[in-house]
Amino acid sequence: MARKIAVYRREHFNAAHRLYNSKWDAATNEKVFGKCALPNYHGHNYELEVKVSGKPDKRTGFVMDLKELSDLIRREIHSRFDHKNLNLDTEEFRDLNPTAENIAMVIYRLLRPHIDRSRDLQIRLYETPRNFVEYPA
Amino acid sequence: MVYLTRLEHFNAAHRLFNRAWSYEKNEEVFGKCANENWHGHNYELYVTVMGQPDPETGFVFDVKKLSQLIRKHVIEKVDHRNLNMDVDFMKGKMCSTENLAKGIWNELKPHLPGGVTLHCVRLYETPRIYVEYFGE
Repeated sequence: MARKIAVYRREHFNAAHRLYNSKWDAATNEKVFGKCALPNYHGHNYELEVKVSGKPDKRTGFVMDLKELSDLIRREIHSRFDHKNLNLDTEEFRDLNPTAENIAMVIYRLLRPHIDRSRDLQIRLYETPRNFVEYPA
Repeated sequence: MVYLTRLEHFNAAHRLFNRAWSYEKNEEVFGKCANENWHGHNYELYVTVMGQPDPETGFVFDVKKLSQLIRKHVIEKVDHRNLNMDVDFMKGKMCSTENLAKGIWNELKPHLPGGVTLHCVRLYETPRIYVEYFGE
């Protein structure tokens, strides 16, 4: 009996952002977010790992065609976020603080409708080589 | 000769844009890197000094001091900053990785003690793109 297996695709995008709560004053933002709140933005090379898991299809041997997954990520994620300012250039973060956590959840929401419901989806997003988030945890 | 390298990192926004050109020409030459609202990178900085190990310490240079120099004269100026807008040593210069590496070299060199020679600044803009400057 076939067991579940996970396939991964790794992509990346380079983006500017800042962390800021518009309901707070500058002092509170600086206290909570530190240098991440600086007004002229800073940036990251985000590394994205998309995990799709399920039982392999008997006809193809695939859980998901990784070329198809790569094209999907480029279409839904890379085209929206790469070489952009997440705060200023994207609909998704117009009113949402672009923390790594929120970015991972947005990426999940953007990809989920395009992946077969029989497959589980998990996002791992590296903001830096040392800081990363996973969603769902 | 022994080469000693210290790795530091900083996260910064920038854009590539030549003010003497039209917007169309900037987009043609720099593509997405010309985005007027900036984009960003996790830069990885490798600073290499060279010399002979001191007979008493065994060090070419105390790497803790090298880290402090890099942090004081470079990282504090660039980390979590906008390289085009916030960094004094990049004012009036195109904010390419090449120019940034040269700028970092010029910031560090005057502060190294005698007997310690700056050999190379290697700067990764992404894991796949880096420049090296040897001070020529």
